[in-house]
Amino acid sequence: MSSIENASTPVGQPDGRIALNLKVNGEMRAVSIDPRMTLLDCLREVLRLTGTKKGCDQGQCGACTVHIGGRRVNSCLALAVAHEGEDIVTIEGLGAPGRLHPMQAAFLEHDAYQCGYCTSGQIMSAVALLREPCAASDDDVREYMSGNICRCGAYPNIIKAIQQVRRTQSGGA
Amino acid sequence: MQSFDLVRAADRSAAVAAGAASPTAQQGASVRFLAGGTTLVDLMKLGVEHPDRVVDINRLGLADIRKESNGDLLVGATARNSDLAHHPLVRAEYAALSQAILSGASTQLRNAATTAGNLLQRTRCVYFRDPASACNKRRPGSGCPAISGANRMLAILGTSDACIASHPSDMAVAMLAYDAVVHVECVSGGRQIPLAHLYVLPQERPDIETVLAPGDLITHVTLPPPPAGERSVYLKLRDRASYEFALVSAAVAVTLSDGVIKSARFALGGVGTRPWRVGAAERALLGRAPGEALFRKAADICLEGARPQSRNGFKVELAKRCIVHAFKQVTH
Repeated sequence: MSSIENASTPVGQPDGRIALNLKVNGEMRAVSIDPRMTLLDCLREVLRLTGTKKGCDQGQCGACTVHIGGRRVNSCLALAVAHEGEDIVTIEGLGAPGRLHPMQAAFLEHDAYQCGYCTSGQIMSAVALLREPCAASDDDVREYMSGNICRCGAYPNIIKAIQQVRRTQSGGA
Repeated sequence: MQSFDLVRAADRSAAVAAGAASPTAQQGASVRFLAGGTTLVDLMKLGVEHPDRVVDINRLGLADIRKESNGDLLVGATARNSDLAHHPLVRAEYAALSQAILSGASTQLRNAATTAGNLLQRTRCVYFRDPASACNKRRPGSGCPAISGANRMLAILGTSDACIASHPSDMAVAMLAYDAVVHVECVSGGRQIPLAHLYVLPQERPDIETVLAPGDLITHVTLPPPPAGERSVYLKLRDRASYEFALVSAAVAVTLSDGVIKSARFALGGVGTRPWRVGAAERALLGRAPGEALFRKAADICLEGARPQSRNGFKVELAKRCIVHAFKQVTH
């Protein structure tokens, strides 16, 4: 396990790798990685959580969206080593077959995808949006979802799915 | 991405000491501070930035947003852009700042990006971002392909024969209008830099973008309290309605008294090599009744000296109309 060290001493092992504990979907996972590794690559290539997708790898498309500390971020622009101990949630931590998150169920119901590549990022953004100060109109939702690109153009159904969950939640609250 | 050593700074002085080991704090620095990473990691992947050492400053307690006893708003260097934009004090007293931040990037980026990182984000000039291209900012003396190339998005104010890169930040434009002061901890103690003096013009050395020296750690930014009754707005004009950099933007803040303009502050984004503010343009408004002709006069003064490139001549008129429209919005 790596420790917090003085600035004069770089963290790391002789081979350049850093040992750290990532808290992913509620589980502590010990990894030993190159400090250059993004959280996205660490999730996919080391932890084998491949639900999070790599699209542009430049923070532009949103396919890699995950939650850190309850907030959505682009995991392609996050270095894994900077997020030790923080609460990381991926699409795998949201729901599972047979017990889907309401947003996952709504995406299914409204056919809110075509090829599906952007879908996990869309859903991670949509779930985070429920906790954000996003106003009620479709336009407001579009603005808050603009960090997730869908090459298939499934936007109208994505908005419908999100709005359905929002209405259900606010009605039930 | 080039290999680097990761350093987790235990405290601010450790971060300053680590940063001071770099020969420069400008382009090509061998030590970089890592906050949100939305600029740095991106540029490291591209090979534009290649530090040997990356200093994580995320756990130094620099994320506060609060009112100080003297009335200033203190914004910590690592406060996330989302937190700043949605903060009740910011929404109430610095509306143009909240609007500016929310008009930039995406929610995911704003959730990671920080105050200091936003101020120090780098130009989106395509030649700067492509290490295969010549670029005087990235490799001094190699030339500027933008001057005869893809310059539609680039600057018309503050340019030089060496560089026409536009400053990309929305947040910095609003902060400039609000007279922000940047607080720096450094090897010799600390100092305050008015935001108006943070950025330097490209001139012959576009690789030098700020007055920051090795070891300078931005700890926070302060905004003085706005004059009573000030109204402000951030107007951003762009090719897409969301998630796009500004062609032109204006942060405008005004107070009226007895039907005339008592105070006026405004700054432009998207048109300058740094966020752009012209004192003479503001003074031309004082003591006069608000009106389109008056706003147009201030806009003309603000754009004096504009030097359009082959594909961005439209920005001169667009900037003037942006200023006029923003002033009309806050004075109607």
